[in-house]
Parts: sequence; structure tokens; C-alpha cells
Amino acid sequence: MSKDVILKVENLSKQYRLGTLGTGTISHDFNRFLAKIRGKEDPYLKIGESNDRASKGESEYVWALKDINFEVKRGEVLGIIGKNGAGKSTLLKILSKVTGPTTGSIKSNGRIASLLEVGTGFHPEMTGKENIFLNGAILGMTKKEIASKLDEIVSFSGCERYIDTPVKRYSSGMKVRLAFAVAAHLEPDILIVDEVLAVGDAEFQKKAIGKMQDISGEDGRTVLFVSHDMTAIQNLCPISLLLDDGKVSFKGETSKVISEYLKSEPLVDLNSGKIKFEGLVSTNGVELKSLLIQDNKLSQPNILNTYGNGFFELFFESKNLEECNIQAAFTIKNLINKPLLTFSTTFRKQILKKGKKDSIKCSFENLNLIPGTYMLHIWFVNNADKEIIIENTCKIKVVEKDVFNSGVLPTEKYHGHIISNNFKWE
Amino acid sequence: MNKEKWLFEITPKNNLLDLNLKEVWQYRDLLLLFVKRDVVTLYKQTVLGPLWYLIQPLFTSIIFTLVFNGIAGISTGVVPSFLFNLAGITIWNYFKECLIATSDTFKKNEAIFGKVYFPRVIMPMSIIVSNLLKFGIQIFIFICVYIYYYFNGFNVLPNIYILFFPLLIIAMGMIGLGLGMIISSMVTKYRDLTFLVSFGVQLLMYLSAVMYPLDLMREKLIDVEKGTDYSWIVDFNPIAHLIEFGRFILLNDGNYSVFGIIYTSIFTIIVFFLGLLIFNKTEKTFIDTI
Repeated sequence: MSKDVILKVENLSKQYRLGTLGTGTISHDFNRFLAKIRGKEDPYLKIGESNDRASKGESEYVWALKDINFEVKRGEVLGIIGKNGAGKSTLLKILSKVTGPTTGSIKSNGRIASLLEVGTGFHPEMTGKENIFLNGAILGMTKKEIASKLDEIVSFSGCERYIDTPVKRYSSGMKVRLAFAVAAHLEPDILIVDEVLAVGDAEFQKKAIGKMQDISGEDGRTVLFVSHDMTAIQNLCPISLLLDDGKVSFKGETSKVISEYLKSEPLVDLNSGKIKFEGLVSTNGVELKSLLIQDNKLSQPNILNTYGNGFFELFFESKNLEECNIQAAFTIKNLINKPLLTFSTTFRKQILKKGKKDSIKCSFENLNLIPGTYMLHIWFVNNADKEIIIENTCKIKVVEKDVFNSGVLPTEKYHGHIISNNFKWE
Repeated sequence: MNKEKWLFEITPKNNLLDLNLKEVWQYRDLLLLFVKRDVVTLYKQTVLGPLWYLIQPLFTSIIFTLVFNGIAGISTGVVPSFLFNLAGITIWNYFKECLIATSDTFKKNEAIFGKVYFPRVIMPMSIIVSNLLKFGIQIFIFICVYIYYYFNGFNVLPNIYILFFPLLIIAMGMIGLGLGMIISSMVTKYRDLTFLVSFGVQLLMYLSAVMYPLDLMREKLIDVEKGTDYSWIVDFNPIAHLIEFGRFILLNDGNYSVFGIIYTSIFTIIVFFLGLLIFNKTEKTFIDTI
């Protein structure tokens, strides 16, 4: 089986030093040197903490990556996801040889080319064509290779008309198109791509994703793809890897990895089960405080039953509650950001006057969602002020229930939505 | 279990002597494209363009002639002072440009180096090559001035050693590149060196007998009355030897010592390879410290 493995990462770790490099640097370097000539281990490798961005640590050294192990098979497209600072970029940098690992190794059976940025080395004064050659060469192509693919590259970029114009006259989208066109015509065995698709218009993004699918599908090349765009990851990568605090916390089918990723979530007050917000204040002084999601039959918050009854309650604070005129909406999307259903006041042109009460509540019956994990999004407006939008407010878990009293449970995989109990077959 | 075979491996430890020259060769096209980029883009949006390369040595030469030969009264023998200075400056400039431009390789190219891998040494090498072009322009002026003097009575022709001139330039380039690579590697961690380079090069020019004959300089450094002898400053300065040798070739004037040539050759090779080693070691992780 090992014949099929094209890339193998073993115990890969990377240590970084925090703070500024200054006079202390020289003493550490000196200690390292002393240890080295005495034949001892690097004294600073032992210390170091996991790289949790938010917590304050003791040590000056942190592990951006710690004991990463994974394998990629030939022709596989692997997605890599993780929070900011989870170590994605560091991993890509090591894979693409921009920097070296502290310990561990990466073994590969093919040429690795990386696309951490599009248009690296573009020179604004040079023409599009000249830049194609320069950029291609930077990415590791020979002049001959580029020349033979020049027409293809130009037509893929869709910038024929500007090809003899200096790149500084290009729009930023055109630069990206040109740069991606060059990169897409690279022929490495392993291609590493970092969120470069975020720019460019929809048409181009589609083209780019299609091209990446071709690269892996038809040409059998291996692609590692890093992105925060869950839709793109879902579309491109059958398998994904989740990085958390410099460690591989999950690897498997992309949909599972994505739901695992989105699990790492907001602060839930353990006593009340409310999700707390911070700093969500509208300009006219209404502050959103917390949210409670509850199924009428289930005791745990944030968990709802398929076809069950329950409510969302949004708590807020305001100096003059009596004057509040509130409009709001709760939208439930799936994990690749596709809206599935919305409870909105606007549907009925409703405006909520709250009097003394400091919350709005939306109750529902027969929730038309099959078991799975979903995302809640909130939209909130008071007195036609600027709206407050809370994207990805929290995850909602919908658990199965024997809706039809038949012992057959609807599942995510086959059934989509269930509309109601009242359909009839004859 | 049989050992798995891998084509490529990335590990923290790199062999000090593993210079990966084969890889550098694979990227030769990139080197040429960098040279092309430097040449093509240098004069964009300047009015005088390449003329700047003519103006700079000519004016420096005029000032040197005024100051050192006019005011200080240093004799340049049978050779016209202006031509003498121009020869020194032309050769010196190549070294200086190479050193200064390569010594901030890592810092200047951080953006590219941080995003994509190619053998880093391509970058300073391309600088050495594109500086050759500037050098070509300057040597062209030198020849023009030379011809002017030739028709005005200065009838000394370059001697047969002119065949060694390319070697001399290669040595200049290699020392510049070697030192530049050493400095650029250290600058990644300790920025102090950038300050040193800018005025160090200035000082080195005075110690390298650019605007006076080497022998004269050596003479003045030995003070018989006080019993002090600083002549080692020139004796162990490879740049001084190279410039003196260059003038000897071009103007058939001055002296060269066999010791100087051997010493300089050895120095050049050592500095070049030392630079290559240090640079090679640095390139792997510099992006973390820069």
C-alpha cells in the first residue's frame, strides 16, 4: 500500500520564538552553540507550550506545530482547515520548503509546488507576458515549458488584450487571473494551494475550482488545499484534515471534519444554557446579551428534535425598552453555508414592541430539519437603526426522532427535508 | 520490513556541504529571467536612463582628480590622473555594487522568499550577473576616455595580461558575492550589520588604493622614524591587489606582486565558498527570524 502514498508527514513540529528579537537573541544563540559543541540537545527545544493564541503563556517559545502525522495518497485532494493560528500556514510553509521544520520530516515521492500566494514575484513594470515567464520560472518551470504553454495560459487567464501591457495597469482581479493561470499550468506531482481563490469574480472562481478538479481528477495529481471557505473545501476535497493548536485533531471525510471544526464554539453559560454575546451594541443603545435555544421536550439547550417544537429567545438590554421596535430573523444554514430556513418578522411585516420585556422569542412547531448539525445566523434591527448581523452565531444540533412512529428514522444522507406528517400515499 | 524509498525529503538537519548545485542548475532559467527583469525595469520612468551609469563614474573621477591629485598632490606617474582614477573607480564600482546589492538579499526579497521556494542563491547570483551589464557600460566609457587620451599623446597600450581581465572581474564578483552572502545571512537575525555595510564599504574604498597607486600607499604606511608599519593593510587587502592588478592590465602602469595574486585567489575561493555555506544554512529558516 505504501506505494500509493505520495506524501508522508512524520512527527513534524515547528517551534517559534515569541516577542521581539533583540539583545536576548544573542545569549540564546550562544547557549545553543555551547550545547551543540558539547554534543547536547538544543536546550530550548524542551520548553515551549502549545500555541493557544488567546491564553497567556509562561514560555517564550511556542510550538506552532506539534507532532503532525499524516499521509496523502496519489491523486488525493486533501483539504486543510482550522482556526486562525491553528498552524495551517506554518504547515504549508514547511511543505513548500519556505521554512524548515524544527523536528520531524516530510517525505514525498514527487515534485511539490506551492501556491501560497498568487503572483509572487510579479513585477509591476513588466508586461503580462514577461511576468508569465518570470512567475512561471519562480514556480519552477523552465522557459521552454512556459513557452509551450503560453497560449493556453493566456487564454485561461482571459487577459489576451492586456498581455503586452505592464501589469501595473491591470485591475487586481486581472492580476489574480493571470497569476492563477500560470500556476494552474504547473505540472507538479503535488500542488499546495492556500486560499488563493478568495479573489476574482464568480466566473473565475468556478473556473479555478474546475481546473483544480481537473488537476486531481484527470491528471491524477495530488492537491493540498487550505481554505476558510467551507463550500470550496466541500466541493473540492473528499477528505480533510482539521488542525487545532498545532495538532491534527481530526482527519476524515470532509463533511465530518467540517462539523468537527464548527464545534469549537462560543461561550455557553453552563447554568442557564444561554449563549453569551459580547460587544454587540447597536448605535441606538440596544445591546444583545444572550441567546437561548431550546426544544420543548429536550432538557439540553442547543439541541433540537427533528420535527420537534421549541423556541429561540434572544435577550437584550436597553435604557428605554418601551421605545424599542424590533425586527429580527433567525436563519438556519447548513455547514457549507447554504440557507435552509428562516424565521423572520419581515415575512408578516411584524414589528415587535417590547414594553418592559427584555427579550424576543420565536417559537416554532414541527422543525423541518433532518438530524445533523446546522448553523444559526441572526439578524436584528431596532427602530430602523443599522442592523446587527451575527453570522455563525452557534451550532444547532438536530437529533433524530421517530417522526412517523414507524421506527424508520430520517437521515441526512438520503432524505433532505421532511415537510410534514401529513402526506399521503395511495 | 524493507526501507521505503522516497524521492524527496524535508528534514530539519541539513548537511552543511549539501549545496544542491544540481537544483541551482535546474533553475538557471530563473536566473536569466531575474537578470532580464533587473535590466528591463531599471530605467523605467527615469529621464536619463542608462546615462546614470556614465555620469556617476565620470563625476566621481573628476572629483577624485581634483581632490587627490590636485589638492593633495598625489602623483599618478606617467598616467593621466583622470584616467588613473577612472580605471580604479570602474573596477571598484563593480565590487561595491555586488557587495551592497547582495548583502540585503534576504531582507529585500522577504516577500518572495516567504511564499515560494527556489534555490535562494539564484537571487544574489542574478545580481552579480546583472551588475556585469552595468560594469560593461562603465568599461565602455573607460575605453572612450582611453581612446581620447590615446589620440592626445598618451600612448601606452594595455599589456598582454589583458587576457586575465575577465578573471579579475570574476574574482571581484566572487568576493562581492561571498561577502554579500555572509552579510545577508547574518542580517536576517542581526540588523546591526546593515549599518556596518553602508559605511564600511566607504572606508574600504580608501584602504583599497582606488585613487592612489598601491606602492605609494604602502610607502606612506611605513613610518621608519616611528618604527610603525601598517603596510599589512594593503598587503592583506585582496581588493587593493585586484585594483592594482587591474590598473596594471589596463594602463600598463604600477606593479603587481605574485604574492598578491596568489593570496587574492585563495582569499576569493575561501570567501566564496564560505559565503555559499553560510547562505545555504541560513536559507532554510531565515524566514522565521527576519
